[in-house]
Amino acid sequence: MRPFGYLRVASVDEAVRAAAGQPGAQFLAGGTNLVDLMKLGVEAPRTLIDIGRLPLDRVEELPDGGLRIGALVRNADLAAVPAVRDRYPVLSQALLAGASGQLRNTATTGGNLLQRTRCGYFQDVSKPCNKREPGTGCPAREGAHRDLAVLGHSAHCVATQPSDMAVALAALDATVCLHGPEGERTVPATEFHRLPGDSPERDTEIRLGELLTAVELPPARPGARSRYRKARDRASFAFALASVAAVLTVRDGTVEHAALAFGGLAHRPWRARAAEAVLRGAPATEEHFARAADAELAAAAPLRDNGFKVPLARALAVGVLTDLAGRAAHG
Amino acid sequence: MAPGEGRPDDTGGPHPVNGRRSELTLTVNGTRHTLTLDHRTTVLDLLREHLGLTGAKKGCDHGQCGACTVLVEGRRANSCLLLAVAHDGRRITTVEGLADGERLHPLQEAFLDRDALQCGYCTPGQICSAVGVLAEAADGFPSLVTPDTARSGAPVALTADEIRERMSGNLCRCGAYPRIVEAVADAAATGAAVTGAGVTGG
Amino acid sequence: MSHDPVPERTASPELSHQYEQGRPPSPDRPTPHLAPAAPLPHPLGAPSVRREGREKVTGAARYAAEYTPPGCAYAWPVPATVARGRITALDTAAALALPGVIAVLTHENAPRLASMGDPTLALLQEDRVPHRGWYVALAVADTLEAARDAAEAVHVGYATEPHDVRITADHPGLYVPEEVFGGPGARERGDFDAAFAAAPATVDVAYTVPPLHNHPMEPHAATAQWTDGHLTVHDSSQGATRVCEDLAALFKLGTDEITVVSEHVGGGFGAKGTPRPQVVLAAMAARHTGRPVKLALPRRQLPGVVGHRAPTLHRVRIGAGHDGVITALAHEIVTHTSTVTEFVEQAAIPARMMYTSPHSRTVHRLAALDVPTPSWMRAPGEAPGMYALESALDELAVVLDIDPVELRIRNDPATEPDTGRPFSSRHLVECLRVGAERFGWLPRDPRPAVRRRGDLLLGTGVAAATYPVQISETEAEAHAAADGGYRIRVNATDIGTGARTVLTQIAAAVLGAPEDRVQVDIGSSDLPPAVLAGGSAGTASWGWAVHKACTSLLARLRAHHGPLPAEGITVTEDTRQETAEPSPYARHAFGAVFAEVEVDTRTGEVRVRRLLGQYAAGRILNPRTARSQFVGGMIMGLGMALMEDSALDPVFGDFTACDLAAYHIPACADVPAVEAHWLDEEDPHLNPMGSKGIGEIGIVGTPAAIGNAVWHAIGARLRDLPLTPDRTLAALAAPLT
Repeated sequence: MRPFGYLRVASVDEAVRAAAGQPGAQFLAGGTNLVDLMKLGVEAPRTLIDIGRLPLDRVEELPDGGLRIGALVRNADLAAVPAVRDRYPVLSQALLAGASGQLRNTATTGGNLLQRTRCGYFQDVSKPCNKREPGTGCPAREGAHRDLAVLGHSAHCVATQPSDMAVALAALDATVCLHGPEGERTVPATEFHRLPGDSPERDTEIRLGELLTAVELPPARPGARSRYRKARDRASFAFALASVAAVLTVRDGTVEHAALAFGGLAHRPWRARAAEAVLRGAPATEEHFARAADAELAAAAPLRDNGFKVPLARALAVGVLTDLAGRAAHG
Repeated sequence: MAPGEGRPDDTGGPHPVNGRRSELTLTVNGTRHTLTLDHRTTVLDLLREHLGLTGAKKGCDHGQCGACTVLVEGRRANSCLLLAVAHDGRRITTVEGLADGERLHPLQEAFLDRDALQCGYCTPGQICSAVGVLAEAADGFPSLVTPDTARSGAPVALTADEIRERMSGNLCRCGAYPRIVEAVADAAATGAAVTGAGVTGG
Repeated sequence: MSHDPVPERTASPELSHQYEQGRPPSPDRPTPHLAPAAPLPHPLGAPSVRREGREKVTGAARYAAEYTPPGCAYAWPVPATVARGRITALDTAAALALPGVIAVLTHENAPRLASMGDPTLALLQEDRVPHRGWYVALAVADTLEAARDAAEAVHVGYATEPHDVRITADHPGLYVPEEVFGGPGARERGDFDAAFAAAPATVDVAYTVPPLHNHPMEPHAATAQWTDGHLTVHDSSQGATRVCEDLAALFKLGTDEITVVSEHVGGGFGAKGTPRPQVVLAAMAARHTGRPVKLALPRRQLPGVVGHRAPTLHRVRIGAGHDGVITALAHEIVTHTSTVTEFVEQAAIPARMMYTSPHSRTVHRLAALDVPTPSWMRAPGEAPGMYALESALDELAVVLDIDPVELRIRNDPATEPDTGRPFSSRHLVECLRVGAERFGWLPRDPRPAVRRRGDLLLGTGVAAATYPVQISETEAEAHAAADGGYRIRVNATDIGTGARTVLTQIAAAVLGAPEDRVQVDIGSSDLPPAVLAGGSAGTASWGWAVHKACTSLLARLRAHHGPLPAEGITVTEDTRQETAEPSPYARHAFGAVFAEVEVDTRTGEVRVRRLLGQYAAGRILNPRTARSQFVGGMIMGLGMALMEDSALDPVFGDFTACDLAAYHIPACADVPAVEAHWLDEEDPHLNPMGSKGIGEIGIVGTPAAIGNAVWHAIGARLRDLPLTPDRTLAALAAPLT
C-alpha cells in the first residue's frame, strides 16, 4: 500500500472541492471495500478525503411518501429502520443477506453501491484484468469464472456486481443522488451500474469527483409485497451465486405490478424487464412465473462453468414470486 | 437507534504532521492515547503494534474472518479495515477491556464454562462480536433470520438460529461453533452481559 | 501427523492400577507430596477446564507475532508471479529507496543456508522458481506498512518455462511411490481381478476430492532475534523441537544455540507440523539486518507456501456376495506432488484394514507437477480415502438392498486383514449400533428422494471412521518442589487440543496431587524434547513420558526420608525404549458418523440438519476438551463435504481460492447441533493412560456420511466434492440414477 494524504472534510461542498483539486483523491466512508482494495494494491489513492462524518447519515421521509437514505447510513442501521422493514422489506432483507454483522455496522449505503467486483483476477494485481488495467485482457473468460456473469458480459469483462442491496434498490426503482463540481444530479438505480462493454474499468455512471450523497426510494406501492432471496455456497457470510429481489402486487389472482431484479448474474443488478412484461396482467401462478423467468433468462450466455446460474436464477425467481403470491392470497 | 445519534463530538480532526502521517487521539478501553501514525495504519495494527494490545487478532487482514473484531463506540467492527486516522476521537473497546478487574465479563465466563474455544485465536473476536450481538438484539436490530412478523424495533429474542446467523462473521477453524452458540445463549439468558462492562466501560 | 509406524510396549499393570485408584499408594510417611487431605476426584477422565482458557478469553495469551522486542523490524515476503522458471532480473532499488526500508533479501544477498532434508526451506538460495507463490524476496522495514509497500515495489524479471499444474487419471508423469505410510505405494493381497470378476454384486465408482487448505485462524508467523549468537524465535508451530533441529541444520548451529517458543498456537491442522518458511525467513532477516524481525505471512499467500491437501482422484471397486460380505476390494488413487519434494496423500491406506477383503488391491500413483508442495492436512490419507471408500460402501448397500449400517457390520474383520494381527481393540460394530440408536437411524425408508417438505428433500446417511494409533519418543522432566508443588517440563505444543490441561491431569493422576499443585511447562525447545502435535499422537506420546517421569518421581519421593532439599527432586525420563518395539496388535481408533441433510430443490443448497459421531478411541482423558476436538473435526468434515474447494488455475498455476472470502470454511450458520459420543473403551495395549488419538478421526467419515445423506435425500449420487449448488442442481435436473 502506497502512502497517502488524509483530509477530513466538514461539508459536501468541501468534499467535492477537495476532490476536484487533488488528482488521485478518493472518498473514504466506511472503507470496508476501499481499504481492502488498497491492501491488495488494486486501489492506490494519493489522498483519502474522509467523508465519514458528513451529516449524510439520516433516513428521512419524503413528502411523496418515499424515503431519502443518506449515503453514510450504515447497512445495519438501514436494515433496522422501521420504515424500511415495514414498507420495503426487500431492502432490509437484501442488506441483512450481505456480508457480516461487523461489516454491516461499518459499510455505508454509498459504499455498498460503489463496491467493486470480487472477481479473483481483478483482485490479484499480478494478473491481467481489463477492469483494473484496461487492455491487459480478461483471463476469467477462460479461467475461474464459476461465480461470474451469465448476462450482459462482454469480451472484455465477465465480472459481477457483488452488492445485495443494489439488487433490491434496482427492483424498488430507487434513485441515486450525486453531487459533483457541476452540481447535483440523479441517476435511476437501474442505470447506475453499467454493463462492461468495452470500458469495464467503469463500474457505474458516477463521474470523476462526484460524491454519492443519497439514495431515494419512491413511495411503496399499496398492496405490494416484496422479498429478497439469495443462494450461496455457505449459509451466511458469502457472496451470492445468484439472488433475486421481487416486488409483487396481485389483485384477484392476477399480477397487477411486478418488479424483478437479479443479483450475481451480471455487471450490474439485472432488472428483469422482459419478465415483468410477461407478468403484467398474467395469472399469479407458478407456471406464469416460470414463463416470465424464462423470458428474461433467454438472453443468458453462460460461460463454461457457470451455466448453473441460469436454472438457479429461474428457480429463485419462481420461488420468490410464488411465495409472494401465496402471501398475497392469504392476506 | 436513530442513525447519527450517540457519536461523540469531533475533535476537529487529526493533526497532519506531514503528507503521510498525522497526530491523532483515540480512547482505548477507557484510556486516551495520542500518537503520530502513518495514515496507512489500521486500528488493528495500532492496537497490536503500537499499543501492545494483542487481544484483537489478525486472521486475514481483509474483513473475511472476524478475528480482529472490536467495539467502536460500542458497536462491533472489523478493526483490520478501519484506518486509525479516520477514527481519531473514537472510543474503542477490545477484549482486554471487557473484564472488570479480575471479574470476567459474563461472555468470557460463558466461553470458559462451555469450552467454546480451542486454539483461542478467534476467541477475542468471537467474544467482542458476541458483546455486539447481545446489544444489537436488545436494541431491536434484525438479522436475516428474524421473522418478518417481528415488530420493528422491538428486542429480538436470541434463539440458536439467531445466534448462528449473527455470529457468522466470526470464523472458527477449530469448529467451536456449537459451544459458542451455547455460550452466547447462556450470556443472553442471564441478561447481565448486555449492560456489562463491555459496551459502556470503554 | 507422521505415519511412521512407531510401535510401543504395553503398559505395566502396576502403572495402570495405580491411577485407577484415584490416588497414590498409601504413603509411608507424611510429606507435602504424599498426603492429600482427602481422596481426590480422579483426574483422568475428569472434565478439567482448559488451563490457559482464562488467558485466551481475556486476550492475554500471546501468539508468535505478538512479541515485539525493542527495535523490532517487520518483514513482508514477495511471492513469485510465474508458475515455473528462473529469476533473470531483480530490481530492489525502488523498494530500498522507500522511507523506513532496511533491506530486501533475495537469493543474491540472503544468508546461505545448509542443505537439509526439507527442500521447501531452501529459501532465497537460488534463482529457480518451482511454482507460483514460491518466495523470491523478503522486504524488511521499520514498520509493517513500509515493509508491505517495499515488497510491492520489488521488481522481479523471470525467464518462464512451460508449466503443468493439472493432475489427471492418465497423466503421463504418474508413478507409484516407493513407500507410503511405512508400506509400499501399491500392494495386492489375493487375486483382486478374479475375485471382482466373480462377485455377484459389484460397484465400480470414481470420486474426486479437490485441493483443500488447512487455513488455521492464526496465519503462520515468527518473531526472530539473535542475541550474542543465540537465536530466539517465537514461531507458530506444532512442534518447537523439530523447528529447533531444522534451524540448527540450516544455520549450522547447535540446538543449544537456538530457542524456539510456541507457547500458544492458533491452530495448525498439519500446516504447522514441520517448520514453514516464516521461521526460516525471519531468522535470516534478523541475521541479515541485526535487528529482531517479525514476519506474519499474509493470508492470501498461505496456499502457496504452507502446504495443502493434495487433490485425489479415486477409483473404488468392491465385489460382494448376495449376503453383503466383501470378496474383492480395490482402492486406487491418483494425486500430485510438487517438483520440490515428494509428499503422498496416502488415501488408499484405510482400505487395507477397514473391512473383510480376501482379495484386495490398493494403489497410490502421483505426478510431480509445478504446484505448491502439498503437506499434511487433518487426517492426511484417511479423510479423502474414507470419503471414497465409505461412499462406495453406501453404493454397495444400495445395490444389495442392505441397510448400510448392517452392511458394515457384516464386513467387520476379526483380525487385521493384511497381517492377521489381532486388533488391540476394535469397536466399530458397537459404534455403528450405539450411534444408530442415539441418532434414531431406524426405522429408515431406504428409498431415495421420498422425504419432501416443501421445497426441501431430506435424507440420512452413515459412514465409518478410523484413524491409526501412533506414538513417538518423547522426554519429560518431573520436579517436586520443597513447598509441595510439582512442575512438569516437556516440549509439547497446545494447538488448541488442550495439551496443557490433559498433561496436568496425567501428572496429577500419577502423583496423586490436586491439579492446582501441578505446573506444566510446554511450548519451548529449551524443554525436554518432544514429538510435534500431530498424527493424533500428542497426548499418547507426551503423556507417556510425563507418566513415566512422574512415576519415577513418585518412587524417589517414597524412598526419600525427611523434608525435601531446598532444590527439590527432579527426574527425567524418556520413552525411547517403550516406543521402539513393534506392537503385536493392530491399533486404530474407530467411529461411526450419522448425518441428516436437507437439500433445497430450487437452489441446490445443502444444509446439514444433524450430525452425530459415535467413537471408540480408548480412554477419554478429558471429556470436555475431547468433545471439542471430535466436534471440531466433524465440522471440518462438514466443510470438506459441502463447501471447501480450491483449484489450480491452469494458466497462472496458483490456487484460485486463496483467501477466506473465496475459500469457504464453515461459518456458524452452517453448523447445526453436532453431537459427539464415545464408548468407554478399555485397551491395555496402548500406553499407560489407555488412550488413542482423537484429533483427526472427527474429519474422517463425516464427508461420506453427508454425501450419502444427500443421495438419500435427492436420489442422485454426487461423486465430486464439494457438494455445492452447481453440482446438486445439475443432479436434481437429471433423471434419478
